[in-house]
Amino acid sequence: MSKPKVGFYWCASCGGCDEVVVDLGADILKVVGAVDIVFWPVAMDFKRSDVENLADGELAVSFINGAVRSSEQHEMVELLRRKSQLVVAFGSCAHTGGIPGLANLFDRRAMFEEAFFNVPSVVNEEKVVPLEEYKTPQGIVTLPNLWNTVKTLDQVIPVDYYLPGCPPPVSLVGEMFNKIVKGELPPRGSILAPDIALCDECPRKETKPDKMSQKEFKRPHEIMIDPEKCLLAQGLLCLGPITRKGCGAACTRVNMPCTGCMGPVSNVLDYGMKALSAVASLADANDEEEIEKILCKVVDPVGTFYRYSLPASLLHRHYQPVVQGEK
Amino acid sequence: MSTAKTPSSNGKPKVGVYVCHCGINIAGKVNVQETVDFAGTLPNVTVAREYKFMCSDPGQELIQKDLREGLVDRVVVASCSPLMHEPTFRRAMIAADANPFLFQMANIREHVSWVTPDKGAATEKSKALIAAAVARIVLHKPLEKTRVPVNSNALVVGGGIAGIHAALTLADAGRKVYLVEKEPTIGGHMAKFDKTFPTLDCSACILTPKMSAVRSHPNITLWTYSEVAGVEGFVGNFNVKVRRKPRYVKEDLCVGCYECVEACVFKKGVTKDEFNVGLSKRRPIYIPFPQATPLVAVIDPESCVQIKRNKCKKTCVDACERGAIDFDQKEEIKEVEVGAIILATGFKTFDARRISRYGYGKYPNIYTSLEVERMVNAAGPTGGEVHLKNGEKPRTVGIVHCVGSRDSRTNAYCSRVCCMYSLKLAHLIKERTGAEVYNFYIDMRTPGKGYEEFYEKLLKENVHFIRGRVAEISDWATIPEEEGKLVIRAEDTLVGAVRRIPVDMVVLSVGLEPHDDADDVRRKFNISCSHEGWFLERHPKLAPVSTFTDGVFLAGACQGPKDIPDSVAQAGAAAAEALALIDKGYVELEPNTAYVQEEFCSGCKTCVALCPYSAISFNVEKNISSVNGALCKGCGTCVAACPSGALQQNLFTDEQILHEIEGVISYV
Repeated sequence: MSKPKVGFYWCASCGGCDEVVVDLGADILKVVGAVDIVFWPVAMDFKRSDVENLADGELAVSFINGAVRSSEQHEMVELLRRKSQLVVAFGSCAHTGGIPGLANLFDRRAMFEEAFFNVPSVVNEEKVVPLEEYKTPQGIVTLPNLWNTVKTLDQVIPVDYYLPGCPPPVSLVGEMFNKIVKGELPPRGSILAPDIALCDECPRKETKPDKMSQKEFKRPHEIMIDPEKCLLAQGLLCLGPITRKGCGAACTRVNMPCTGCMGPVSNVLDYGMKALSAVASLADANDEEEIEKILCKVVDPVGTFYRYSLPASLLHRHYQPVVQGEK
Repeated sequence: MSTAKTPSSNGKPKVGVYVCHCGINIAGKVNVQETVDFAGTLPNVTVAREYKFMCSDPGQELIQKDLREGLVDRVVVASCSPLMHEPTFRRAMIAADANPFLFQMANIREHVSWVTPDKGAATEKSKALIAAAVARIVLHKPLEKTRVPVNSNALVVGGGIAGIHAALTLADAGRKVYLVEKEPTIGGHMAKFDKTFPTLDCSACILTPKMSAVRSHPNITLWTYSEVAGVEGFVGNFNVKVRRKPRYVKEDLCVGCYECVEACVFKKGVTKDEFNVGLSKRRPIYIPFPQATPLVAVIDPESCVQIKRNKCKKTCVDACERGAIDFDQKEEIKEVEVGAIILATGFKTFDARRISRYGYGKYPNIYTSLEVERMVNAAGPTGGEVHLKNGEKPRTVGIVHCVGSRDSRTNAYCSRVCCMYSLKLAHLIKERTGAEVYNFYIDMRTPGKGYEEFYEKLLKENVHFIRGRVAEISDWATIPEEEGKLVIRAEDTLVGAVRRIPVDMVVLSVGLEPHDDADDVRRKFNISCSHEGWFLERHPKLAPVSTFTDGVFLAGACQGPKDIPDSVAQAGAAAAEALALIDKGYVELEPNTAYVQEEFCSGCKTCVALCPYSAISFNVEKNISSVNGALCKGCGTCVAACPSGALQQNLFTDEQILHEIEGVISYV
């Protein structure tokens, strides 16, 4: 019997999610022993036509990382969806939009202006910006359309499983392959990580005081961090209480507050809103002025609370006027 | 008309929707039939009916019949606010052997028909609210109320006539009462009055026996010179902290003999005497008045040189044979458990300086009514004599009504007592001085037993009445007769002319206002205030002494201006309500409490310190939070804060709320 075929693909992402597959180390041999990798542009020389030539549903699983923000990515994920029995949204960007999703704070024109005119290191006197079509003497060259809005994978195609994390923890990646191979996957739509917040596995949990409220929020460079004590109790904005566990508390173990890459637990619909509401309730003050003083110390609230999930927000861009010809 | 489908029996929820006309309150704006027809089309709705008054017996019977016949198992009533009739319909559900929490109200009166003139919009909004209620009720689960015992002690805050009466009523019924008063003595405003209207009883004669009764009552613990520092807990089980300020005189040793007061190094008064509203001065060690209760001296730390500068001959200490004076006394915090609380914190009088055109504080012979009350009091600073600053008797006196009342620039409300006490003062001044007395009034308001008759009596006593609001009081004379006099300028609206009345003395009948610290007190007891600052009763007509916080009741003028009979009646009512609560022995707790879904709790402790009722504790063994359902008031603070969504609240689960929102949105 031939081995099941799988594919990897990347959209708007940094490549870290592909890297983590390699990080499996020797275990990757087991993966390769169990499945045939028939598509993995970042690692091997496959072409789009290799996918197109597959029969519909011929791929057992596609692992797609990155958010979706261009016509090309859209075509590719639709193609992969058609060819795959299962699609796994792999990593934060595919799951909830990730860092590229923060582009949704702006529109495309504003981003182009920033990137091609305003960045101090850019010299662009002729104000050249990328065009989708350009006539050259040799013929017409084209670029994919860059969307006005960054989307999560499941906003574009149906997704069967989610593997959260930026990148997903190696242990969870290994576990996922095991489950796939053994046919022990949970019900479709599941997130392939434990459904409880990070504090549960954080080694600092025991040091939490009963009163978690804070008079001041601090940033890691502003204090000498106690290596044992709960980071939130030290005034650092650790998002561990709001974030799904499964990473083994990788950051908090090394004195870095959790930034929330694993996303929310299943009871929470909107990570950023929940984070905002939880953190705001930690402000140890009763009058508005004092509350404002405490919360003003949260630098870049959107970037803090929605660092990995702006496109997945419930309210996000629901009333954004549609710009002609752009998605 | 109604639409009834055949009951489905496959375990699917069967929702009954009942739309109330509320006479024309709702039906005048909302097209009820159209709304019912719409409700009949909603998923899971098996019965949709309308009725003129759903809260009436036949209305409730409609619901009960459908429940008994198995046509419905969940009920949505579209009518008024849940505050109004949720208990009514829940009781109706119980009577039909259904769980009362499989019930939801859609408020189409206060939220719809009363707030729009637009009939079309009212009908559409009603439909949306009904769709929301139907969407959420399919997720309701049967819930049970829990019972907790009630502590049989009571706390009364404020020792004026209202507080005294409430405390005595409760104590006579055999309940232990803690009476807390911030002044060194109980008695309040009533202790300052000479006579009471309209009977002209001696105020002290009828009040002081009640004050002594408080002092000697075995069931009353009296804490004067004390304030409530904090309140925790809930109906039936309040934990109250009382701050007892040091009076530097041991209450159990002092017998009120005045030896210390006489012996004070200050031979004359040095500080404004609060009891005489500043008309006289008192010494640093003093007894507010001879019938003060408790009759115990108090030392004012602001003016006592021993306390301020630690150097005094301490003649008071030598004078006290019982060794009651104790300069080392410290503030004390007492903690008590009570089942019910009665607030009777009273009022303050309007500061006449705020109306500069009346010249109070500028011209010497302009007094407030409270100052004149003290003046006409035989035990007051002038021994009952009414005289001017130069010692002469006034020959003409003007009494100005409604100072600070019935005026949108100060207080729009009528202070209710000023007309009557002005008449009383007019009578007393005339009696004491034989002066010509002029009353300047807007309307004479004398409703009350014997009040109008008292007015009639005054009319016959040759007191002058000028109907018109006073424009100005000045010493600006335009004719020789006005020289050296205060000139009251007012439009006499009955004559239709502006008049200038020269008088020797003016009495400003100041209105009643909430205390400056009413808002702090309100927060402490977790009750509401009306926009004027009076404590808000639960219902203006049907629950006038209850508040929105169960177990906290109101008595006297803290709820709004009141005369003595009304204050006493209300104090009795508050005591009866408190007794009803205490004697029932238990309170039923609403099951809309928060609970922890243990498998989702990561033990982050975000919630623990947030709970305003200290209902959340951390279970160290399981490493998760847990909620004490008896303490939880269902405020939802922890639920909103829980970063994991592990905390949910009965009747307000995320799912229920989202369904409700979707119900509205899907209709819109």
